[in-house]
This record gives sequence, C-alpha cells and structure tokens, in this order.
Amino acid sequence: MTEPTLRVENLHTHFFTRQGVVKAVEDVSFSVAPGKILGLVGESGSGKSVTGYSIMGLVDPPGRRVAGRILLGGDDLCAMTSEQMRSVRGRRIAMIFQDPMMTLNPVLRIDTQMIEAIRAHTSVSRVVARERARDALAQVGISAPEERLLAYPHQFSGGMRQRVAIAIALLNKPELIIADEPTTALDVTIQAQILFEMQTLARDSGTALIWITHDLSVIAGLADEICVMYAGRIVEQGTVDAVLDAPLHPYTHGLIDSVPSRGRRGEPLRQIPGMAPSLLDPAQGCAFRERCSRADSACIDQPALSIPIAGRQLRCFHPMPSAAIA
Amino acid sequence: MSTLPAPLLELRGVSKRFVRALDTAAKLAKLLGASAKEETVRAVDAVDLAVQAGEVVGLVGESGCGKSTLGRLAAGLLAPSVGTRLWRGEEIVLLPATAQRDVRLKIQMIFQDSYASLNPRMRVTDIVGEAPVVHGMIKQREQHEYATQMLAHVGLDASLLERFPHQFSGGQRARVGIARALAVKPEFLVCDEAVAALDVSIQAQVLNLFMQLREKFDLTYLFISHDMGVVQHVSDRVFVMYLGRVIENAPTAEIFARTNHPYTKALLAEVPRLDARKKSFVAIQGEIPSPLDPPHGCHFHPRCPQVMPRCRIDQPVLREIAPLHFSACHLNDAAPS
Repeated sequence: MTEPTLRVENLHTHFFTRQGVVKAVEDVSFSVAPGKILGLVGESGSGKSVTGYSIMGLVDPPGRRVAGRILLGGDDLCAMTSEQMRSVRGRRIAMIFQDPMMTLNPVLRIDTQMIEAIRAHTSVSRVVARERARDALAQVGISAPEERLLAYPHQFSGGMRQRVAIAIALLNKPELIIADEPTTALDVTIQAQILFEMQTLARDSGTALIWITHDLSVIAGLADEICVMYAGRIVEQGTVDAVLDAPLHPYTHGLIDSVPSRGRRGEPLRQIPGMAPSLLDPAQGCAFRERCSRADSACIDQPALSIPIAGRQLRCFHPMPSAAIA
Repeated sequence: MSTLPAPLLELRGVSKRFVRALDTAAKLAKLLGASAKEETVRAVDAVDLAVQAGEVVGLVGESGCGKSTLGRLAAGLLAPSVGTRLWRGEEIVLLPATAQRDVRLKIQMIFQDSYASLNPRMRVTDIVGEAPVVHGMIKQREQHEYATQMLAHVGLDASLLERFPHQFSGGQRARVGIARALAVKPEFLVCDEAVAALDVSIQAQVLNLFMQLREKFDLTYLFISHDMGVVQHVSDRVFVMYLGRVIENAPTAEIFARTNHPYTKALLAEVPRLDARKKSFVAIQGEIPSPLDPPHGCHFHPRCPQVMPRCRIDQPVLREIAPLHFSACHLNDAAPS
C-alpha cells in the first residue's frame, strides 16, 4: 500500500461564537492516496468546506482547530507555525474555490498573479516563471495562453476564470489539491470540460485531490472514494461504487433517492423529511435521528465509527439492509 | 390533435431585443465620422411556445441562452419586441384593461433567489397576504387567516407568519416564495430555477411540493432550469434553447430516448449521473458564444461535432421530425430518417 498523501486524524474544528460553540467539524478522519480523488459530500452546513479550510489552515477566529492531526506526507500541519504554513500553502497544497474571483485579484493581470505565485515559493527568474505560467494555462485547455497571460480577470468568462484558478493551483505542482465546489456555478458543458481536466491531472501527475461538493452525481463520475458528511461528522465512507450502490447509512440512502433520475419521472421523489439541524445546539446522539425513519431509542447515543465491511466506515446503529437497495 | 382547446398560454413568434443606445459622446463621435453602433442582443429570437392547461413544460439551456428572458416574456414581466402573447387563444394586449389585469394575476412567477425576491423588511404575513388584499380578493382583516392557509399549502407553520425572510432557511424561503405566488390564485406558474439554490434533500421536498400543488390547484407550469435531471423529472414536454432560439422540443420521454439535435445530445451526455461511474468526460469544445455577435447560420455550428458547410450559412428551421418532436438541424434534411 502506498503511503497516503494526506491523512486527517480525529480532526475537530469549532467556532467559539457569542451564542455558543459551533462544532463544525467533529472527529473527522480520512486519507487520500497519491493520484486518487476523494469526494467529500454533504449539504450546506455539514462541515465539508470547513474541513477543507482546516487542512489549509484557513480557519479564521472565532474558529479554531481544537484537536486532531493533519499529516501531509508525514508532516503534521496542525503543529506548524503560521510561517511554515505559508510555505506549505500554494506549494504543497493548493485550493480551488467555488468563486474563482476569490483566487484572482481583479486589478492585476493574469501573468502578474501567476508569476508572483511561482516566485513566492521558488527562486526562479521572471522569464522562467512566465514560461511555467504559460504552460499551466495550456495544461488546463486555455487556447492562446501567451495572449491570455496579458488579460485581466474580468475579460474572462466564468468557466475560463475557473480554469485560470485551477492553473494557478497547479503552478507549484502541489501534492494535494482541495477543490471546494469548483464547478457548481458553471454550465454542464463547461463543468464537463473542467472535470475532464481534473481527472487527467490526478491520473498523470499523481496529485491527490479532495473534491468537496453537494452533488452526488458529480462525485459518481469523478471520484475513487467518497466521504458523506452530516452535521460535522463523516457518517459513511467507502469506495464510490460501494457507497452509491449499497449505501449503509439512512442519510446516504435518502440523499441518493432525492436525486431526480431516469425512470421515475413524475413520481414523487422519496424525500428526507425536515432539514439539517443547527450545529449551535445539536440534540444529543445521532444528528440525523430526527429525520431518520430507522431511528429508535438507541440513537440517543452518538454512534461510534464502525467498520461493517472491509474498506467501509459507518456511523449508525441501524444500517440499511443491503437487500433494501434497488 | 386538431381538436385540442386553445393553449392556456401561447407565445407566437416572440423576440426580445435589448439595445444599448448610444450615449451623447458616442452620438457626437458618430457625427464626426466614428463608426459607433448601437449594440443589440437578441436574447430571444422568434420563439413559439404553447402551453396547454395542466401541462408542465420544461425549458433548459445554458446560461445566456435566453431561457430566463423567455420566462419573463411568458410571465408578462417583459414586453416582447416582436410577437404576440395569447391567453386561452386571445391576444392579451387587445383585451380590455381589467381583463389584462386578471390575466396578469393568473400568471405568477417564482424566482431562483428567494433572498432577492422577498422584501427583507416585510413580514411573511404581508409578503403573502398583501397582493390578495390589494386586488380585492380578500378583506384586510382576513389577511392573517388567509396567509395562514397559504402557508399551510406549502407546508409551513402559522407560527412563522410574523417572521422576516432572513429568519428562514433556504428551503423555507423557497416555500414562502411559492406561497406568495399561490396567494393570488394563479393558473400558470413560471418557475425560474426555483430549486437551483437548494440542497439535494430540500430540492426533493420542493419538487414534490410543486407536484402536489399541481394536483391540488390544477396548475400549469413553465419550469425553467439548467438541470436536465430536474426537468426530466417534472416535465411533460421539454424545450431546449441555445443562444435565443429553441433548437429542439418534444415530449419528455421522446426527447430523452431519441435525442435529435447535436447540442441536446451533448448536453445530455455531459449531465453527471449517479449511474455513470469513473466516466471520462469528453466535453464538447468551447463555450457559448456572445449573444452580441452570434455566429451566422446555425448558432451551434462552431461547437458542433457534425458541422457541415451549409450550417455556416443557413439558419435551420424548427421542423417536425417525428410526431410532436421538433428539431432545428440541417442533418435532418441530409438524411431523412
């Protein structure tokens, strides 16, 4: 077995607000191997983005990583000083955001921004840096990269901007890229182009990829492994085929049923009742209890992470019987 | 099919052009011989759309294809530059003023961004109850009770009536938007990306709600979405738009089983699906061109894998290629199936 690029162990990230402590990430553990794509799936407020920010060390006060280890190739990111983190960010880990304008500075030309990102981490001449910037743009499928380097972000369309943001993430050949809903705002044809490039990238360069999204169907086509998050915890984890074909957690099952799909046109979707609980004052026990049809008195306690089948992890007292899956 | 009653709402040959007029400086420059020109966007270009009572028509396309503009034309929020709007077979602009007002009430719109479409300073009881009072459907003192009923229809509790929009979750705000539209007893709802901003589990709840309301109130929908999965789930007929034109339309089962237009094919191929694992995404190339300067001939030809010389010159017309299945593509002339 190859050593994973990233191993997250028992990560807890809490926000200490005036109203109380928000436990945005609770006891989250997972790992990603080189060249593999991990899908981190959850709805708004499930803690999937905060998990990404925690790895990047981008959680701002009142939030804080309160416990856990984040090992990148053996180095614990939690133990690093902010100075050390700066040299890791952008060089060994890069992040792609949903809105590319979070990455891009609107008043600087693309070449200025890209050259700066390279020279922040490696001492190369501007000429060399510029060549690398051009190659990165070409790599993400931008035609005429030489001319595009001279453009400003507003001169690009949304899809092109996202490609530039991806190119910037690639500049220093990071070991790990965290992508936070990068295609959510894009049209399907553009989304497909970007997914294609990310797939090729992971396969060819050995970069590990964490893909954060609410869209199960994107993960189905893209990822190797999947972690389903609910109310700050990973409730189910396994390979994409295993989780989507035979979900064990009732929440995963409900999510899959909620996706409108071929063959059930016009029929009511099997919906999950209710809505995600507030993380500010979570009820005791399993957070999904209130919305779950299988819940009983045992669910008053928080279910521990179990390994029902090799390669799977689950947090549930009453997993779905495998036969119930159509 | 000739015995069909007049469609509930029909758009005949409607176009919407947005023109950016020249400012004073540009006019002056033009006088002095500069080549300043007015910029025109044909957001919607000669579209025919007829919706029968009780039908759900889905409208899909990528951003910038004009689907929202068409929705606003249908709802009467925009006036068409060319073309006519008919309600039950009668041209709306020729109706007397009171009848026109009634038609306006019968067609309501539900917007994508419930934050932007609900007044943040109004309480839900006023958001939902104001319009029926203004239009004399109920008395002012009945407003509270009426709003309670409307909220019940969309699955919200009466205890929420005194709240402001920001106190709701996204799914609840979507429901308030629906309740507001229902309050004036519409027959026709234009839903513009009404579920796009919602989480999957909430989206399923709201889609189910739309279907229940359709049964309960005999509603007709024009359902605008970029999400093929959603449109396939709710619609009876699907219209596909590209750069202001309808390029294919057919009953839902037909369009998904026997897709005709290369653009629709590409669009369908690239929709991520739960059952498509580790698929290699092979994208159609390029992006939707600027509507300011659309390509000649078939708008899709620069991206089309099956482009022919003719596509660069002639604009293909929408033609019936199978019963009720219309498509605008020259390939259908080349090889009649």
